[in-house]
Amino acid sequence: MTEAGWQDSFGDPVLVRRLLARLESIVTQPLRLMEVCGTHTMALFETGLRPLLSECGVELVSGPGCPVCVTAQADLDHAFAVAAEPDVTLATFGDMIRVPGTKTSLGRLKAEGADVRIVYSALDAVKLAQLQPDRRVVFLAVGFETTVPSIAYALQTAEESGFANFFIFPLHKTIPVPLMWLAGHPELRLDGFLCPGHVSVVIGARAYEPVASQRGKPCAITGFEPVDILRGVVELAEQVAGGRSEVANMYERVVKPDGNPAALQLIDRYFEPATARWRGIGELPDSGLELRRQWHQRDIRAQLPEFTPPVADPALAACRCGEVLIGKLQPPACACFGTSCTPAHPLGACMVSQEGSCRAYHKYHGMGGGDG
Amino acid sequence: MCLAIPGRVLELNGAFATVDFGGVKRRIGTALTPQVAVDEYVLVHAGMAIQVIDVAEAERTLELIREVYADLADEEIGPEGAGLD
Ligand code: SF4
Repeated sequence: MTEAGWQDSFGDPVLVRRLLARLESIVTQPLRLMEVCGTHTMALFETGLRPLLSECGVELVSGPGCPVCVTAQADLDHAFAVAAEPDVTLATFGDMIRVPGTKTSLGRLKAEGADVRIVYSALDAVKLAQLQPDRRVVFLAVGFETTVPSIAYALQTAEESGFANFFIFPLHKTIPVPLMWLAGHPELRLDGFLCPGHVSVVIGARAYEPVASQRGKPCAITGFEPVDILRGVVELAEQVAGGRSEVANMYERVVKPDGNPAALQLIDRYFEPATARWRGIGELPDSGLELRRQWHQRDIRAQLPEFTPPVADPALAACRCGEVLIGKLQPPACACFGTSCTPAHPLGACMVSQEGSCRAYHKYHGMGGGDG
Repeated sequence: MCLAIPGRVLELNGAFATVDFGGVKRRIGTALTPQVAVDEYVLVHAGMAIQVIDVAEAERTLELIREVYADLADEEIGPEGAGLD
């Protein structure tokens, strides 16, 4: 069928070669770019592009684009306390199950009898609320702008169907504010950003304008196929070489200048910008989304007594996820990497999530991958 | 977690659609892409289509890349990607 044509062409080895040749010809001094999105981190390993780029003088450092990884410890602990409530069913994406909190994890709580369910979508959690009217069903709402519309839609469905026992624990984060923070960070010395393609589908290309115009960092929005990624890297290299900093949309087939209006409207109906806590960054104003006042009753935190965070575990203090998430440290440089911290026994969220940098480096470099 | 997968719409049913992901069929929500039609491609994340894929645009993009990067390729790698696998 012809339909496979365009999809396969974004992996076309001929085009990959051509783009690499172009890259080699324009990069005259080492470039340090951040791939913001965890899905890009995975794609860079899976496609084998990372070493090829490095041969061309382009270093890609992973950013904070793994929503599980950037969730602050205090927020995890709070969510786990909610899961332990006897009348709560906690529904979550699978990636959260093994993320270690200070004292426990959702997996451990589940083994101890808590009702923790893995769902594929927030709508599945609404279904659980329908099936168990006597329990409070809480969806652990972790995710960036890509995911928030589906959670807003779940809220709308619960509202329309009259399921008063559906709640969320909102831990959403939004991308533009931390990008501004990273772009202005003096130690990171970033030359540009590969912007997250699927976040951009929702928020639109214009959302990155301030990063390019006020911070002077080139931005390229790209998809996840080899040709997509390379075209983005070539564009960033050309901008650096030409002394420009613009927002280039290289994912034209799905990203519009103003994003997806239906999705943005739905987000806006339920959520408003709020301060969020990021692992590795700390609190950033307007970098998260909380439920609007009229929907506060759907926030499980409003239904439960005040939460007192547990005292930090010294073993977890060795985890350097915070530095990994802002591109300050490459995972193999963490002393725990591959020794006391492995996917089977993770110390930090970055070793758990499918998109976590430590997990990705561990999978593709094997243990003891050195400092590279 | 922001992974999104392209699939082709086989059937529409209210705010839902049956989508074919390379042979695997799934029911997904279409509330975020109200304009979608049967046979179009959608990008699906967490059980919902987040955008209709503009296939004509995809083809234009490829055309553009082939054009812009044609010369270098011929000089440096010879005919159609020799030695690649
Ligand atoms: S290797 Fe483990 S301990 Fe080290 S930063 Fe990554 S997740 Fe944390």
